[in-house]
Amino acid sequence: MKDKFQKIFKGGLGQLTIPIVAILFLVGFNLIRDPSFFSIETTLNNNGNMVLAGNLISIINGASELAVLAMGMTLVTAACGGQDISVGAAAAIAGSAFVKILKSSPNITGFTVVAAFLFACVVAMLFGAFNGTLVSVFKIQPMIATLILYTCGRSIAYWINGGATPTVSSPIINAIGSFIPGVPIPTPVLIVAAVAIIFVLVFHFTSLGLFTQSVGINGSAARLNGINSTFIKLLSFIILGLCVAVAGTIGVSRLGLINHETLLLDIEMDAILAVAIGGNSLGGGKFKISGSIIGAYVIQMLTITLYAMKVPSTDVKAYKAIVIILLVVIGSPVIKSKFQKYIAKIKSNRQRVSMKGAE
Amino acid sequence: MQDTTLLQMRHINKVFPGVKALSDVDFTLRKGEIHALMGENGAGKSTLIKILTGVYGMDGGEIIVEGMNVSIHSPQDAQNKGISTVYQEITLCPNLTVAENMFIGREESTLVRHKFYEKRADEILEKLGIPARAAQQLGSCSLAVQQMVAIARAVDMECKVLILDEPTSSLDDKEVNMLFNLMRDLKKQGVGIIFVTHFLEQVYEVCDRITVLRNGELVGEYLIEDLPQVDLVAKMIGKELDELSDFGQIEEKQYDSKDIFYEAESLSSSDAMPFDFCIHKGEVNGFTGLLGSGRSESVRAIFGADKVTGGTVKIKGEDVKITKPVDAMKHGIGYLAEDRKRDGIIAELSVRENIILALQVMKGFFKPISRSEAEAFADEYIKVLNIKTASRETPVGSLSGGNQQKVILARWLLTHPDYLILDEPTRGIDVGTKLEIQKLVLKLAEDGVSVTFISSEVEEMLRTCSRLIVMRDRHVVGELKGQDLNQAQVMKTIAGGETQNEG
Repeated sequence: MKDKFQKIFKGGLGQLTIPIVAILFLVGFNLIRDPSFFSIETTLNNNGNMVLAGNLISIINGASELAVLAMGMTLVTAACGGQDISVGAAAAIAGSAFVKILKSSPNITGFTVVAAFLFACVVAMLFGAFNGTLVSVFKIQPMIATLILYTCGRSIAYWINGGATPTVSSPIINAIGSFIPGVPIPTPVLIVAAVAIIFVLVFHFTSLGLFTQSVGINGSAARLNGINSTFIKLLSFIILGLCVAVAGTIGVSRLGLINHETLLLDIEMDAILAVAIGGNSLGGGKFKISGSIIGAYVIQMLTITLYAMKVPSTDVKAYKAIVIILLVVIGSPVIKSKFQKYIAKIKSNRQRVSMKGAE
Repeated sequence: MQDTTLLQMRHINKVFPGVKALSDVDFTLRKGEIHALMGENGAGKSTLIKILTGVYGMDGGEIIVEGMNVSIHSPQDAQNKGISTVYQEITLCPNLTVAENMFIGREESTLVRHKFYEKRADEILEKLGIPARAAQQLGSCSLAVQQMVAIARAVDMECKVLILDEPTSSLDDKEVNMLFNLMRDLKKQGVGIIFVTHFLEQVYEVCDRITVLRNGELVGEYLIEDLPQVDLVAKMIGKELDELSDFGQIEEKQYDSKDIFYEAESLSSSDAMPFDFCIHKGEVNGFTGLLGSGRSESVRAIFGADKVTGGTVKIKGEDVKITKPVDAMKHGIGYLAEDRKRDGIIAELSVRENIILALQVMKGFFKPISRSEAEAFADEYIKVLNIKTASRETPVGSLSGGNQQKVILARWLLTHPDYLILDEPTRGIDVGTKLEIQKLVLKLAEDGVSVTFISSEVEEMLRTCSRLIVMRDRHVVGELKGQDLNQAQVMKTIAGGETQNEG
């Protein structure tokens, strides 16, 4: 037991150190500030279900779309060494596509919802493939390539539903956006868990992880080892497309309507930030999806903490920026190597003392 | 005696997590001497150099420069104390002029006085006999001249100790001679030069003294005339002296035409001119020629590494199409690329992941090698090839050059290739590992693997290959085997058939 702990302490955490420390710091800060921040209670919601409520629940629930996007963004970052800034706009397209199918049938059944979701997936994957082709085949820098969809995405979303912001009211949609009757945990949280499990399975049953990292670290060597790096990059964008469809569906279901102007607005920057807080290099290469997921919850917890402190919503972004500067600086290579040197010094001192003791 | 001592490092100790990199190493450099620092990869040469230049701190010991006890905190600090380093890779800016490169970062005023600097630079260049003009763009000079400019920059900063870390590995013979003349000039001016290299002949050409390190320990300091080359090698590897001469003459084998494993007819790629080539089962052959003669480009065409533009290829007598690396791999061909850093290692991934990479690609995307299987493979090859690594999870980028090369070899051996192409597998790695790789090649051939071996060191190829294909100006100009396989004949063929003076 002790050995295991030591092993983890010695560097098993590695990349996850920063996001975990950030979470612990926020938890500690809130514990001192107001322990009731963490209270979880069960309440009756509008539909008469017993459900869990509290700040913690709203953090985990609220970060769902971000967490899903951060997972896909991690993969794109690792393979291409750049980020997709069009995920917010693409989610609006996916959401509009989702609503389009729902609206086309007179009453919303389970079947229509599934069909609508699949349609949204296909649409989002096509747009992902568009981005991916620009990046992998035409070798355009990811940020420039995705700037195109970032710029025009919400207009496309607007066209899909003829400029309206249609509402969808259905118990099924409501169940996706909030709670399934009889289940006290918010559905988006369950969806994030499902997506995470799918990622784990994909990494287990394919070589996606190894190939993506190889392409991201040394594309030339990867190619000479027979890896089709164009395909791997394209694939990462298509997988991100799936994540976009899931995020868009959650977003639409939460509100029960599609507003192409505001759905998941500015989420691309938070998604990139989550990847960075997760300790992943934005230059590509080695990655840990778990880091990005924790990163997403760090961002959301920060937001909710600020709201709980009654910080006016207009000021929240400024305070958020301060904390993020701290996180990014602490995670920077300069500070890291300083810290490692310090640890090494302590260790060698200790060694010297024990050597002397042995003499 | 005491007066001439320029630099002393005494009882230097350095511990890295898990490894004792240097233990109790002494090193003495005198004024006006060229001192070779020799040792295998991982012997502690670079660690010692890095301590001297302030890149690493030391865990024990002292550094004395001209009788003064000093501590060196950073490369900048080392430079201020008169210790300059010129690295293997040029660390100057090719898009600036020679003069700008010589004075960048050390202008006294914020205004750059171009005319003044160019005049001073020209003076220095002339004094040192470097064939470059101050106003010339550095990128337009040859690599050797660039290296010499780097040295000129160091010399002008009043350096007393000049460290040359593998300065000759990318230079041709003529350029090496230019560099050596410069080194001798500096020596006359009283500069102490520490020379790190893998080329033994070069050591004997310019150096006065040799310090040998092995496994982080000092083996000894010798005058050059007291230590013949064979003894030096023995001191460096500390064993297997007999095995050096173990390679007998390669006997000429008779091959049947039905034993041909790979055959290409007028194969060409975007980078290689059409050529014919074949290799038999269990044969070791080689491509030789000067840098840029097209030898690497040719083998890359065989592997499909560049865009293949024409020709027919037969494997075991059957027509096949190889247009990209994965095709070649599926037909049992492995290719160890010339540039290890650029085309070989995935630096940040672990030794384990690097070893299984090619096999994984061949198995396919949907059949990942399980963790336990991968660990078993990695452990096996770490043992078989004697790869020195802290663990199988160590990032391969942190290994020494020779061990990185072994990891890539392991990667290809794991695919159990029928035909292995090794492009400069021994470049920039130590003598011990070179021998291990040569032996491995011969053993593979015994087991029926065909090997194409490329090396800049003709001697090495003569030891391993039974047939040499000679290239010049991107064309095959000859094929040598049997009696013709000797240094003189190879040189003659490379040079174009005319009698060479040294022939």
